[in-house]
Amino acid sequence: MAFDNIRADHKAILGLIDPRSTVLDLGCGAGELLYLLIKEKGCRGQGIEIDEQAIYKCVAKGLNVFHGDIDSGLSEFKEKSFDYVILNQSLQQIRNVDAVLQDALRVGKKAVVGFPNFAHYRSRAQIFFTGRTPVTGSLPYQWYETPNLHFLSISDFINYCRFKKVNIEKSIYLEGKREILLLPNLFAQTGIFLIAGLERAVNGE
Amino acid sequence: MSDIGIVQTKYFEFAAPPEESALENGERLGPVRIAYETYGRLNAQKNNAVLIEHAFSGDAHAAGLHKGALKPGWWDSMIGPGRAFDTGKYFIICSNVLGGCGGSTGPSSINAKTGKPYALDFPLVSIRDMVRCQKKLLEYLGIEKLLSVAGGSMGGMQALSWLTTYPGSVRSVIPIATSLKHSPQQIAFQEVSRQAIMSDPNWKSGNYYGRTFPDQGLALARMIGHITYMSDISMSEKFGRLKVESAEPFKFTADFEVEGYLRYRGDDFVKRFDANSYLYITKAMDNFDALENRPLQEWLKGENVKVLVIAFKSDWLYPAYQSKEIVRACKLSGVEATYCEVDSTYGHDAFLLEVEEESHLISHFLKKVFYEYEVTGNYGI
Repeated sequence: MAFDNIRADHKAILGLIDPRSTVLDLGCGAGELLYLLIKEKGCRGQGIEIDEQAIYKCVAKGLNVFHGDIDSGLSEFKEKSFDYVILNQSLQQIRNVDAVLQDALRVGKKAVVGFPNFAHYRSRAQIFFTGRTPVTGSLPYQWYETPNLHFLSISDFINYCRFKKVNIEKSIYLEGKREILLLPNLFAQTGIFLIAGLERAVNGE
Repeated sequence: MSDIGIVQTKYFEFAAPPEESALENGERLGPVRIAYETYGRLNAQKNNAVLIEHAFSGDAHAAGLHKGALKPGWWDSMIGPGRAFDTGKYFIICSNVLGGCGGSTGPSSINAKTGKPYALDFPLVSIRDMVRCQKKLLEYLGIEKLLSVAGGSMGGMQALSWLTTYPGSVRSVIPIATSLKHSPQQIAFQEVSRQAIMSDPNWKSGNYYGRTFPDQGLALARMIGHITYMSDISMSEKFGRLKVESAEPFKFTADFEVEGYLRYRGDDFVKRFDANSYLYITKAMDNFDALENRPLQEWLKGENVKVLVIAFKSDWLYPAYQSKEIVRACKLSGVEATYCEVDSTYGHDAFLLEVEEESHLISHFLKKVFYEYEVTGNYGI
C-alpha cells in the first residue's frame, strides 16, 4: 500500500482500526482520513464536519458527511452505532470535551482520540524562556486567532482516562513522522489513543 | 438558454372506471391523467432513471423549451448535458402532481360522471396519492427502480414519501429545503393564502369555472407566498426602499418596488394557476407527515437507500432545523446520508437559485449511487 504520502497521524490511526469496521469521524475536515479508512481498510464511514467548503470536498470524494457541529451532532446516534468514533485533531476545538468523549464512547464501541501535546518540550521552552503562549508546528496559532479552546498534554489525557475510568487500549506518540517511545509528554508533538469505556453501566453514567 | 432544446409534454392515463384508483382517504378517482416530460435516454439496464419532483406551483415542464417559448422549464439550470442531472448519463422524468393544473387530473379537470369540472367534488388528495400516480407512470415507462428521486420544498416531501412508501423502488432520494411535516407556522401561512382565495366573492365555493375566476384572491395568495419564499436580506438586496414613478392619483398605490413586484407576481400567477388546485395542494402539504411517529427504519423494511439532504441558511419557511430532523431520522435508523446547509441569502427560493452548490452536491452524489462505489479515486474537487 502506498502509505508514503500519508500524514503520520493518519497512518497511525489506520493501524489502530480493524479492517471492514464502521467508523464515525467527528470533525472529518475534507475527509482525508475517512477516505483512507474506506479505501485502504474497507471500512464503512460517516463524517461530521462544521465547515461548508470541507463538506463539498467530502462529497466530491464520495463520502457520507453531515454538516454540523460535533457538540450537538453526536447525541442523535444510537448506542454502539459504530465500531469506532474518531476525534482526530478536533478534541481541542470542542466546547464540552467531557460530554463529547462520554458520548463518543456511548455511540462507538471504541474511540480514537488524537491531539497536539501542549507539554511538548518546545512549548515548555517557549513559555519558560519567552514567557509567551507557545506557537509550534502542532500548535501553529497565535493566541488571538487559535480555534483551540482547550490546551491539554498527553499526561492530562491519561489522567482524565484514569479519573473517568476510561480504558486506554493503545497509545501512539509522534514527533513528526517519528514514533516516540520515551517520555512522550516531553518529546511527542501528538498523542493518539485508542480508548474504550470501562464498566459504564455499573457507574450509572 | 436551454441545452436540451425543444421538449413536449406527454400524457399518461390510467384508472379508467370501473378500475378507479383508490386514494389514501378511501375515495376512488378515475380516470386519472398524468402530464409528464422526459429528458435524456433510458439505458438498456433501465437503472439510470431519476424522477424530479416539482414544488407547489411547478409543473411537468422542468427543462428544455416548449415550441415557441422563450423561457425554459423551471429547473433547466440543473437538468441537461453536463449539468447536475446530466441528461448525457441519466434519464430524467418530471410529472405534474395529482390535483394540479398543469395537465394532470385536478379540480379543474372534467368529471366524467357529470361532464363538468370537478371543482370541490374533487377528492382530498395526499402527497402519497401523488407519489402513487408517479409509481403507475414509472411502471408504464418500464422502470422498476429509480436511481434517485429529487425535489425541493413540496418536491422534497414527495421524495420523502417515495422513501417511505416505495423504499424498494428507489436507490436514493434527495430532499431539498423541505420537512418531514409542516410546522404550525407553515400551516398558518398556507391557511391565510387559502382564506385569501375563499374570501374572493368570485370563488363561489369553487364553482367559478366558465364564469369570472377568483383572480383577486389567488393573486393575493401568491403575494403572501412570495414573501415567504424570499428572505429579509434578499428582499433588501433586490428592492431596497426604491420607489417607482406612478401617475395614479391614489394614496395606496404601489410606490415601493417590492409592492410592484408582489403585484406583478400575483397577477402573473393567475394566468397559469387554478385557485382550487391551490387549495387542494396546500392542504395535501399541510396533512403530510412522512414518518407518522414511526422510526424511518420501519418504513424502509431493510432496503438500503442513500439520502442527500440539502438546506439553505436563510430559508425561514423551511428552516434548516427541519432538514436536520430528516438527518436525525437517518442517524437513528442507520441510513447512509449526507447533509449540507448551503450558505445562501435567497431564502426558500435558494433551491431554485443556488445552482453551483446544489449541482456539486447532487452530481457527485448521483455518480456515487449510479456507479455504486464507496469513494472516488480523485482526491479533492
